[in-house]
Amino acid sequence: MSDPPLLDIQDLVIRYEKRKGAVCAVEGLNLRLERGKTLGFVGETGAGKTTAALGIMRLLPEPPGKIVSGRILFNGENLLDKSEDEMRSIRGGKIAMIFQDPMTSLNPVATIGDQITEMISLHSDLSRRDSIRKASDMLDLVGIRRERAGDYPHQLSGGMKQRVVIAIALACSPELLIADEPTTALDVTIQAQVLDLMKGLKEAFSTSLLMISHDLGIVAEFCDDTAIMYAGRVVEYASTAELFGNPIHPYTRGLFGSIPSITGGKGDLRTIPGLTPDASNLPPGCPFQPRCDIAGPECSKEAPRPTEVKFGHYCLCHLNRGENQP
Amino acid sequence: MTKNDNMLLNARDIKKIFSTKQGLLHAIDGVSFSIARGTTLGLVGESGCGKSTLGRVLIRLIEATSGSVSFDGVDLFNLPGHRMKEMRRRMQIVFQDPFSSLNPRLNVTDLISEPLVVNGVCNSRAERMQRVYKLMDTVGLARRLHGAFPHELDGGRRQRIGIARALALEPEFIVLDEPVSALDVCIQAQILNLLGALKRDSNYTYLFISHNMSVVRHVSDIIAVMYMGRIVEMADYDSIFAEPVHPYTKALLSAIPIPVPGAVRERILLEGEVPSPIDPPAGCGFYSRCFCREDICGQTTPELAEFKLNHSVACHLAKKGGCG
Repeated sequence: MSDPPLLDIQDLVIRYEKRKGAVCAVEGLNLRLERGKTLGFVGETGAGKTTAALGIMRLLPEPPGKIVSGRILFNGENLLDKSEDEMRSIRGGKIAMIFQDPMTSLNPVATIGDQITEMISLHSDLSRRDSIRKASDMLDLVGIRRERAGDYPHQLSGGMKQRVVIAIALACSPELLIADEPTTALDVTIQAQVLDLMKGLKEAFSTSLLMISHDLGIVAEFCDDTAIMYAGRVVEYASTAELFGNPIHPYTRGLFGSIPSITGGKGDLRTIPGLTPDASNLPPGCPFQPRCDIAGPECSKEAPRPTEVKFGHYCLCHLNRGENQP
Repeated sequence: MTKNDNMLLNARDIKKIFSTKQGLLHAIDGVSFSIARGTTLGLVGESGCGKSTLGRVLIRLIEATSGSVSFDGVDLFNLPGHRMKEMRRRMQIVFQDPFSSLNPRLNVTDLISEPLVVNGVCNSRAERMQRVYKLMDTVGLARRLHGAFPHELDGGRRQRIGIARALALEPEFIVLDEPVSALDVCIQAQILNLLGALKRDSNYTYLFISHNMSVVRHVSDIIAVMYMGRIVEMADYDSIFAEPVHPYTKALLSAIPIPVPGAVRERILLEGEVPSPIDPPAGCGFYSRCFCREDICGQTTPELAEFKLNHSVACHLAKKGGCG
């Protein structure tokens, strides 16, 4: 048997328990991430992308959040069986996370050098002096002059803050890096710089990456595989080239139709009517069925199960099971 | 450019300087352009380049330091207050963030009828209600939501309220300041389609401000690229994308992630970040990041000049056939 994949999520269900009842944020999530690969996680606000990522890190606010069932296998070990102490050494050490907003994820009253050093000394046996030196090396690596180690976050621009966050995340050479919309808060030329940096460092550190984004352009450029999420479910999953070249699920197609092209015509965008459903009050059957342009009678009766439409291309749709594509 | 009488709005050498503790902040540093009736001018640039300030200065929500704007032949900046209020009915603005630009204590009806009440447009309550319902239909808000408060609605619906408020007084000119930036991509597409349909039906003139190049391309006839308070390049949407001349425009275009896996593109990565607009040094504002700067660029500021028909560029190297 070959090595287990780095990350293997099986039937993960996450709920938020509220007074009015449970909200199903992630429903039956199945994903695999091989070592050294990049997986893109695409979806709109409220699709459950961040909840799933926080679930992997076991950082869900509990209560109200609750992992109801499923397994999260990291190197073959189920993270859900780990104690809080064990998780603490995994977080930041083997799995690191980059959050969307660098303005709020850095400590405003500690210098950036101290914040990187803290991470290193928590997860390694290096002496204080060596940790400080390594922190400065990390700053060099992300393109910030090491003399600035004594600066506080407010003295840095948004792009530089995100570089610091990346330095902290990579300081302990994690095996898995989860990046939650790492460049959404940045301007486009700064975004290009940060993405370029991440690409280089990912290779240098041979880190696997779970990239959460709503920007299909970034995913196309960055990710080997792509999963499209809608209402807590992965509705389509394939290699990036296959998914972008041959999108099957009506939601995925609508998503592509909604993006203004930088080369094509300027007519009306082929968007999806209506709104993302409220997660506490999902429609019966397929959650996408009220907005779907090809929905049939069976769609509102029964929830679809993921089917492998083509080799490695999974789709969650009654009407796209491989043999009867429109 | 086309004949002047076709132009709804002419802006000439607008400057806006804010006085800050650190010194004088040149938010807009000499900007001139015209917008023809029924067309859309797209204004793109990164945070802090002055695009929102410019949108507000044009309709006098912020007073300019110098320069002039003529709107349908009327000199806006010298109008007394009561005349300006009349003019405001003809020019409206939609703000970026539908979460902070709507009064949370007013319901949909109150929000949409507010401009009607302020300007004393409708005589009776019934007439006003009719107008509100009609506006709700126009922007695609279900009538049953007339009593809802902003916190009960999602971002897309809130932005529709913002658009209905702007349309209430039947303006000719609408400043759209990042109207879709806070929205998800499907909702963004719905709002872009709505804005397009409104323009086709009622021949509005838009100033569309955004940092998103593909959105701006989609809605605009003419695109102006701003950097450090100046327009560095202005042309019709096709020319800007097909033959960008200014090095900043080139870098900006090459930085857009496009949703085609494996697309081979030459990416121009700019060094460093936008310099501070407080007491900027002489010369071209892009000098410190430019990948093909020459000595002259650090000495004199290039003016926006016609590079070819309907395509203007502010770059010393443009005359030499551009750079890169």
